[in-house]
Amino acid sequence: MSSVEGAQSQSGWLLEVFGLQKSFGGVAALTDGRFRLKSGSVHALCGGNGAGKSTFLKIVMGIYQRDAGTVRIRGHDVSFTEPAGALAAGISIIEQELSPIPGMTIAENIFLGREPVNRFGWVDFAAMNRSAKLLLDELGFDIQVSTEMHELTVAQIQLVEIAKALSRDADILIMDEPTSAVGEKEAEHLFAVIRRLKARGKGIIYVSHRLTEVFDIADTYTVLRDGRFVAEGAIADIDRNTLIRHIVGRELTDEFVKANTPQPRTVLRLTNLSRPGKLANIEFDLRAGEILGIYGLMGAGRTEILECLFGLDTDWTGTVEINGKVVKIGSVRDAMKAQLALVTEDRKRSGLIMGASVLQNLSLAILPRLTWLLNIVNRKVEGRLALEAIARFRIKAATEHMSVSTLSGGNQQKVVMGKWHLTLPSVLLLDEPTRGVDVGAKREIYALMSEFAQEGGAIVMVSSEAEEVLGMSDRIIVIRNGRMAGQLDRDDATQAALLNLAT
Amino acid sequence: MVNVDQSEDSAPTGIVRQNTAIWRVILKKYGIITAFIVLCAVLSVMSPYFLTTQNILNVLRQSSINGILAIGVSFVILTGGIDLSVGSVVALAGIIGASFATTSPVAGIAGAPYPAVLAILVGLVVGLCVGTVSGTVVARFKVPSFVVTLGMLSSVRGLTMLYTDGKPVPSLTPSFRWMGTSTVLGIPVPIFILLFVFAISWWVLTKTRYGRYIYAVGGNPRAASTSGINVRSIRRSVYMISGVTAGLAGLLLSARTGSGLTQAGISYELDAIAAVVIGGTSLSGGVGSVTGTLVGTLIIAVMNNGLDLLGVDSNYQQFIKGLMIVFAVLIDTSRQKEAE
Repeated sequence: MSSVEGAQSQSGWLLEVFGLQKSFGGVAALTDGRFRLKSGSVHALCGGNGAGKSTFLKIVMGIYQRDAGTVRIRGHDVSFTEPAGALAAGISIIEQELSPIPGMTIAENIFLGREPVNRFGWVDFAAMNRSAKLLLDELGFDIQVSTEMHELTVAQIQLVEIAKALSRDADILIMDEPTSAVGEKEAEHLFAVIRRLKARGKGIIYVSHRLTEVFDIADTYTVLRDGRFVAEGAIADIDRNTLIRHIVGRELTDEFVKANTPQPRTVLRLTNLSRPGKLANIEFDLRAGEILGIYGLMGAGRTEILECLFGLDTDWTGTVEINGKVVKIGSVRDAMKAQLALVTEDRKRSGLIMGASVLQNLSLAILPRLTWLLNIVNRKVEGRLALEAIARFRIKAATEHMSVSTLSGGNQQKVVMGKWHLTLPSVLLLDEPTRGVDVGAKREIYALMSEFAQEGGAIVMVSSEAEEVLGMSDRIIVIRNGRMAGQLDRDDATQAALLNLAT
Repeated sequence: MVNVDQSEDSAPTGIVRQNTAIWRVILKKYGIITAFIVLCAVLSVMSPYFLTTQNILNVLRQSSINGILAIGVSFVILTGGIDLSVGSVVALAGIIGASFATTSPVAGIAGAPYPAVLAILVGLVVGLCVGTVSGTVVARFKVPSFVVTLGMLSSVRGLTMLYTDGKPVPSLTPSFRWMGTSTVLGIPVPIFILLFVFAISWWVLTKTRYGRYIYAVGGNPRAASTSGINVRSIRRSVYMISGVTAGLAGLLLSARTGSGLTQAGISYELDAIAAVVIGGTSLSGGVGSVTGTLVGTLIIAVMNNGLDLLGVDSNYQQFIKGLMIVFAVLIDTSRQKEAE
């Protein structure tokens, strides 16, 4: 594979980027972005969260405008002010979140906006279907072009997107986490397609957190970290651990606050949790004062575990023991009765009532406790509890009556945590507790977690950020494809070990 | 850390943001009332008759039926749904109630007239039943409320025709007609009924847990269900409330006109929804109040009355009402964009 790379001459870069800079409101997202791509190769773009990968891609695609730096395609300087420019220059992206028009056919989606027309100006469906079929045949994708998009799986939609890119004569294809939502078999098919594209001289930028895949499909790699270029080279010349070291780069600093110590008492025992199609035989014990981290790749089933435990998903089997007693969890109410609390992954979608005030959000889960005769809410107690939560969680809001939509992401997250803290849980389930939250607020959230555990509470924390899992957990469970891939004690856990188990 | 603090809540932007927020809150909270007062002021200057007790009571009485309907519909809209069936419920409840209170031997059911209380109770139960059906289909089977209640609009009207074979139910007993035609302390009874419905609704929505849950379900059903709220039963219940208030409005209409009519309440749902929307309740749910709805009802009534007094063609009234609805939703939309 690498011989193709070595055999090519020094010049003739398909895409060449250097000195790329971009900051947002004074915060640098990219300080030195570099990247070189040859035709007929797959180049992996690696880096952790916040490394600058997506900013880099968005600049290349003309979605963001760069502050400084050079982008060259086949030796010519380019600067795109909008995605249409990048598309015209032969760059296409297959995004992580695909957005087809579900009611249209495959052919209609491929040629959306560029429908072939006959001399009356009518859409020439026959010609469109013919061209679409040719494209799909090239990809070895055996499906009727008149199939509607909503009947396709995510992997199939991706193939349609690839066909669309080919129909635009794209030479550079960017694939952003293409396997994050597809199964292994489908991924194999995707890889076969990628190899075929490579053989046809296309250059492919492959973005993935899954290192196994990177070693499987890529010829070369570039690592970005904290917005800077770190390393590039041939995949054949590097081993997995070195690549991981490049990606991680530094030791964990004191960005984490952790003062809790697990007590011997077991609070929650989960045995044999299985959810058809999603989870199989998940088991763990959770002790008072303990923070248990659950790590895994996107789609591995991390969130699903919490959803089962909290009664949001009821289609599962297994046993939950709380303080030694078996409890049946068939609804959110059951879970709340068992003193569980869940801070969901997406605060805007499932955590907060965005139009409501801080106070109303804080008290939402405890209203049954705050009501008396005729279901009247006791405003006095409600206000007092809300103010206590605001103080304890250091929520920065002018008054408790402000709408939560006006708060920053970090403060919104603290409102969700405060809401659940008011339910006096003994087990706190946290799903990506610091997603979309800046560094300072992150630290505060860690401190609050630590405090809660110190007081004897127990925490299950799901996170896709390895650093966070390593920094905060007393014990870590790694989930892969809905199964337990391994369990690590705090002292044995390293980023490399986590990634190895997860991929 | 300094950097972090700035990105969190930098002081100058924080203050600016807050000022505009407060301004917006004032506009949001009192804008509709201000508009109402301005409208009244202008009309009282233009027509000396406008501010007379007689006219004010007249306007209030006229708006009572639409007000009661609109308050019920507010509950549904606050959860993010819509109820298009209320106009038909007005007819069905009005005519079934009337058939219990008529002295006509042909139009009534066997044994009529029954005491007014029973006739009223029957009418309310009819509304409740229709609401329960709509609510169950919407909440349990997740059929869009627009479709369900559009179907009910037609079906319930059909049931009304079937019930009396398309004939009206005349000659209602004086005791049944009392609530539509009498006055207490010089004030028409329908106004008291409207105020009573308003007071209870306001209390439920602002003071009780149930009220909070309605807003939560409308604001973010997923967050509500994650918080342990039974979203399904809340959703079902608001259609039941809307059904009962529509039933009450139907009884009131029969009592006022003295007979149950199969054609009663046609397109009443549109005026009710208009009042809710003009009153500032968001059609996407979670934001609004019955106070707004009451003011929205009054604005429509006052405007109709004012234009009548000024001798303006009633077609203009339609036209202006339409503009007001679009304008009210326009404000709501820009507000939502702001919230994002």
